[in-house]
This record gives sequence, structure tokens and C-alpha cells, in this order.
Amino acid sequence: MMNLLTVSGSPHIHGNQNVKKIMWQVVLALMPAMLVSFWYFGLSAILLTVISVTGAVVVEYLIAKFLLKTTPTVGDGSAVITGLLLAFNVPSSLPWWEMLIGVTFAIGVAKMAYGGLGKNPFNPAIAGRIFMLVSFPVDMTTWPKPGLPFNTLNFSVDGLTGPTSLGILKERVGENISSISAQLPDYMTMFIGEKGGSLGEVSAAAIILGGLFLLFRRIISWHIPISFLLSAFVFAGILYLVDDTQYINPMFHLLAGGLMLGAFFMATDMVTSPMSKTGQIVFGVGCGLLTILIRVWGAYPEGVSFAILIMNAFTPLINKMFKPKSFGR
Amino acid sequence: MLKTFKLGGIHPEENKISKNSPIEEIEAPETAYILMNQNLGAPSVPVVSKGDKVKIGQLIAKGEAFISAFVHSPVSGTVAAVDTHVDATGYKRTAIIINKEGDEWVDGVDLSDKLNSKITASKEEILEIIKDSGIVGLGGATFPAHVKLMVPKDKKAEYLIVNGVECEPYLTSDYRLMLEKADEIVVGVRLLMKALDVPKAIIAIENNKPDAIEHMKNKTVSYPEILIEALKVKYPQGAEKQLIYSLLKREVPSGKLPIEVGCVVQNIGTTFAVYEAVQKNKPLIERIVTVTGKKVKKPSNFKVRIGTPVSTLIEKVGGIPEGSGKVISGGPMMGKSLADLNTPVVKGTSGIVIFDEKESKRNVTYNCIRCARCTDVCPMGLQPYLLSNAVENNAWDIAEKNKVMDCIECGSCHYTCPSNRPLVDNLRIGKAKVGEIIRNRKN
Ligand code: SF4
Ligand code: SF4
Repeated sequence: MMNLLTVSGSPHIHGNQNVKKIMWQVVLALMPAMLVSFWYFGLSAILLTVISVTGAVVVEYLIAKFLLKTTPTVGDGSAVITGLLLAFNVPSSLPWWEMLIGVTFAIGVAKMAYGGLGKNPFNPAIAGRIFMLVSFPVDMTTWPKPGLPFNTLNFSVDGLTGPTSLGILKERVGENISSISAQLPDYMTMFIGEKGGSLGEVSAAAIILGGLFLLFRRIISWHIPISFLLSAFVFAGILYLVDDTQYINPMFHLLAGGLMLGAFFMATDMVTSPMSKTGQIVFGVGCGLLTILIRVWGAYPEGVSFAILIMNAFTPLINKMFKPKSFGR
Repeated sequence: MLKTFKLGGIHPEENKISKNSPIEEIEAPETAYILMNQNLGAPSVPVVSKGDKVKIGQLIAKGEAFISAFVHSPVSGTVAAVDTHVDATGYKRTAIIINKEGDEWVDGVDLSDKLNSKITASKEEILEIIKDSGIVGLGGATFPAHVKLMVPKDKKAEYLIVNGVECEPYLTSDYRLMLEKADEIVVGVRLLMKALDVPKAIIAIENNKPDAIEHMKNKTVSYPEILIEALKVKYPQGAEKQLIYSLLKREVPSGKLPIEVGCVVQNIGTTFAVYEAVQKNKPLIERIVTVTGKKVKKPSNFKVRIGTPVSTLIEKVGGIPEGSGKVISGGPMMGKSLADLNTPVVKGTSGIVIFDEKESKRNVTYNCIRCARCTDVCPMGLQPYLLSNAVENNAWDIAEKNKVMDCIECGSCHYTCPSNRPLVDNLRIGKAKVGEIIRNRKN
């Protein structure tokens, strides 16, 4: 009996959270946005999501097993999250093989080449998206219009494409905002979701729902999403107040493009965001400012991915500068 | 709002299943194994040798260093050997082994149950008796009590803080003591106040023990200088620095002792031992030990002689339950898992907790996902993931710079880590190594 006793260091009890649970809860939180994308973009959305998720899992498995020669841990759910998020970031008309290349890059280069879960400096889904944006610029910026429902059963969607709201804004920069506004969807539509754009971005409401779930389950804290959204809103608001013929209502920025998805699901990626709460706020504010900066003055209509990627690069520095307050010092 | 500490903290399941078991005295062991490393600091030095006859309460080892303590015989009989015996860490340490014969006490010990609340000893006498009685912190840290009470010339004690928090899950020995020996504890508190010459004492109790709070309040109504304070249930509320912060909002500076902010902290059990030593002339030869576990037949609180093998205590609660996987000396957050049940009870043994196999297993370890939960819960404001990494990479300078020495080994970080990183294991290694480096630098 006596030598059957386990001897290990304290503590001898453990909280009820583990990596697997956390990751699968994030997957669950992504479900509303996924279902909305299926509803609006039909079969092509399903196809791309399946390819991206399976691709992510398979690539991670193969690399872990044959290149790194470690026990694959794809069951932890983190590859599924990357697959889902990457699919959320592409137009529904994207050719399937481009999706596959993108997800291979995301998992293979941005995640596994650094050593896998926890070791990657950049959010794999964002790295993957930017890689695709650079590699397939045209396909990545051709946006089929969503329609109700399953209107894109055929995969050639030429007649149905149109610019995203942010695209319209970018194309017609210099014009008076009020003349553009007529072409933009109203805020309610943008909130519920019926606008051009990437799969997972069309419904702010669905993303907020998932985000609230994560907040409620304490998987993420409010610091990054709130500071991200608020700083974007305030910055865009200042521009709007300065000149409302040049700059659009900040509400538009909040609801357009990938801001919600970025704030709740991409910037909050634990691995690539700062550790301390102050650091997280700095990170969120950085993301918000950069997003608006890029959207208003940059070359791309959308700025969320670049903003997060840039802030990912700053994370180690932020971690050095903003440490938790220590006791007795 | 109940008072609590500011940084971090967790709330593990309380599992105080032995809380309704009154303290039960168990007979002295046939053979007592008395370890010489029962206190923090230098081991005690035996003053008896093989073949010597000893009585209960007789001095058998001296603390010669500044931080050390006296040890007294818990049984009467013959010294069988001055040899080694296994301690809670699994290593063999110097021990005095005594075979019990009869039940004979040294002269002058008042063995009656009668409360003696009249304090006649002077400040100096109290300090002397505490030292001579071998009293150490009974909460588990085993810092010699008399050393804490020697306030340096340039410092002043303003508060005596009596730690009745008992924030470790499962343990109920201090709780039972408060319910059953409140009068004696109050006298003990008054003795300590006199020894320290402080105007105020605070007895701190976590709010999950409302009857103990109520009871202690009733017992102290005629002593306005003794305050009972209910604290929020949050682990590690009973850690010295956290406790002082909770009560007084004073932060003990890093690397310093509580006296720096005018406080001296003693545990409830220690206070009771002080009463017995000063008022009853009884040295520290026994203590209260909780023996418990979810599958244990009869979770209990025992009054046990020091030197009693843990296996004897386990027999008393109905033996080791089928399918047990781990026996912990102390609480599940900070206690040590025992490799050998012949380990004897020492002055710092607050409880024995038996886990079944499922509870004993550690979960699978994943890579650190940098979720910062460990930093969020660290009551010392450290970054456990970073320190642990530094240790794994032998980066002692980084560990030192990021205050590895401040870690109180409370285990909150490991408890909360979703990747189940062995953070405290690493931090302990880090503390040992960095401590050594610092000492070498000083020499
Ligand atoms: S809690 Fe664990 S996984 Fe999270 S940062 Fe700390 S060590 Fe890493
Ligand atoms: S064990 Fe040390 S590092 Fe971990 S939470 Fe406690 S004090 Fe902090």
C-alpha cells in the first residue's frame, strides 16, 4: 500500500479549468457567427469552413507527428479555432484551394514552426489572413453580396459581387460623406447582418453574442475588447467631430468589417496578447487606434488584421513595460 | 463588505468535513519518534542519549542557534535510540526514539482542566517560558514563537494578530480549538499581548466559520482591546502578509518581516500552546491534528502527542480507505504528500488528508498558453509563468530580478493554471537556487 502512494509537490488540488475546456468553449462561442455565415452565404460558406477547419487539424496533426515528432494535441481545439477564424476572414467566393493554402500557412508557419500552441508570437488566423491577402489580392477582396438564403448555391457568383461598406468608403475617399452614405447599409442592418464582407463578419450581433458568452465564462476579460472598441470609437468620433463631411460616423466603424470579430475573438487570443490587465488595455487601445488609422489613411479599406498583427509584435515589449503590481514594493 | 487582501487569491472547495467532530484525545504512542527538525531554522540538538529514562515534558533537545527551538519528551520511558527517522519530505532526519513506559510527567505541570486566567508572570517571564517550552508556529510554518516575539530595538509592535483564518481546505483543527478552548485562547492572547507590550490584538477568522466568530466574540466582550475580525473567504487569507494587509491595509515590504509594519502574527494553536505553557507549566508535547478525506470513515480532530506515527492516526479514523492514492501532511494547497506513513506528527502537523486515486493524479500538462491566470491569482503579484520558465532555462538572474524569493508557495498559480504547469515545483527550485546565489554573494 505505502509505496503505491503518489508523491508530488503541492498544491494537491486543481481548479476546474483546463486548456481543452477553454478552447472548446471558444469554439462554441464562434457558433452563432458560423451559423449566420451559413445562412447568408450558403453552401460555399459551409464548404470553406469545412476545408479550413479540417485543413487546420490535419496540417497540425501531420506536422506534430512527422516533423516535430511530438504527440499531436489537435484534440485541444486550438487548431479548430484557427480554422474557424480563418474561414471567417475570407469572402465566400474564395476558391477552396486558396483556403487550403491559407490555412496551411496559418498552422504550419505561424503556429507550428514556432513550436505549436503557446509559442507563436502572432495570431495564426491573422497571419494566415494577411498571407492570403498578399498572395491572392483579387480573390480576397471580391465580395459576393449576401442574400437570403442559400442564393449562392452556384459557386460562380460574378453577377452578385459588390464592394463592402468599407470598400465603398475607401474607393470614394475625398467625396462628401453624405453623398456616400446613401449607398451604405443602415446601422441596424449592419448590426443584425446583411452586408458584404467576410464570412464571419456579417453579423455584429452574432459575434457579440459569442463574445458575451466568453466574458461570462471568464475565458476572456473585458480589457482587450472594450479598450479596442472604445478607442476605435473615440478616435473615429474625434475625426467625425472635426469634419463630418470627410469622416464617417464612428458608429459605422464599429459595425463595419471585422472590428467586432477582431475585438472579441482575435485580439483576445491569450497566446499573443499581453499578460497584465494594464498591458491588455494598452494593447487594445493600440489595436483600436491602428485600425482607424489604417481604415482612414491606409491603403486597405480594412485595418483590423494589420492592427492586431502589429500589436502582436509589441506584446513582448508591453509585457516588459506593464508588469502586474507586486506586493510589498 | 468583508475585509480581504488586494492581489490575487482563489477559492478552492472548502471540504471542511471534519468540522463537527469534537477534539478527541488519543493515547500516547508506544514508540514516539521525535524529529529534530520540527522548527524553521536550525535543527534542535539532542541532550539525551540511548538508555536515558525520560518523563513527559522533559527537555530532550535544545535549540542552540538563534532561530531554533527546544523539544520535550511527549512520553515517559526509555530513549531507545538517537538515530534517524523518515520525515514528511521522505528523507531520514535525526530523531530521538523513545519507548513508552508508564505515564509519568515532570514535576510542576498542572494537568487539570481548570481555567487559569490570572496572569501573574512578567513580560520577561512569559518570553522565557515560551522559549523554554519549545513553542513554534503551529499553523505549519513552524517559526519559533519566541523569536517572533523578540521585537528589534528600532521597531515597535502595535498589533498582535492572531491567525484563526485556517484557509486551507479540509483542515479544522484551529476551528475546533476556537470552539472548545476559547477561554484558554483568550488568556493566551492576553499573555502574548503582555509579552509584546501591545495595546491591541486582532483575532482573524474566515467568514465560513460563523459559529467560531460568534463564540470568540462572546468570549472577548470584556476585553475591548481584543478585536474579532471576520474576513472574506479567499485563499490564501491566512498567509501572514496577506492577513496583515486584509486587516490593516499595511503592506509588509518585500523581503521583510511583519514587525516592519508593527505587527506580530501568531496562530490560534500557538496561542493555546502559550496558555498551556505559561499558565499550566506544560511544554509543547501535543497538538490538534485533523485527520480527514472524502472517503475516510470517521473524519476527526485529534489531540495527539508529537512523535505519533501518521499510520496510527489513520488507524484511528478507520484505516486507509480502499483506493486511496495520496496522503497529505498539512492541507491540500501547501501540504506535503507522504511517501511513508511512519512519518511522525511534528509540531507543524495541522492535518492529515487522504485522497483517493482520482484526486491524487495530476492532470495532463500542456504548453503554457500565456493566459495570465497565474498572474491574476498570485497574491504576491508575481508572474509565475515567467519565473517557472526562467527556472526551466536555468536563468537564475531573471528569476531573481522578477522576485522569485517573494513567492510564498501558496500554490494558487498551479491550482488555477489550465495547462496544469508545475509552477510551484519550479518556483521552489528557483527559490532554493536563487537563495543560495544571494547567500554566496553576501559571504
Ligand atoms: S496559468 Fe498556466 S497557461 Fe496560463 S499563463 Fe500561467 S502558466 Fe501559462
Ligand atoms: S505559489 Fe508563489 S508564485 Fe504561485 S501564486 Fe503563490 S506566491 Fe504566487
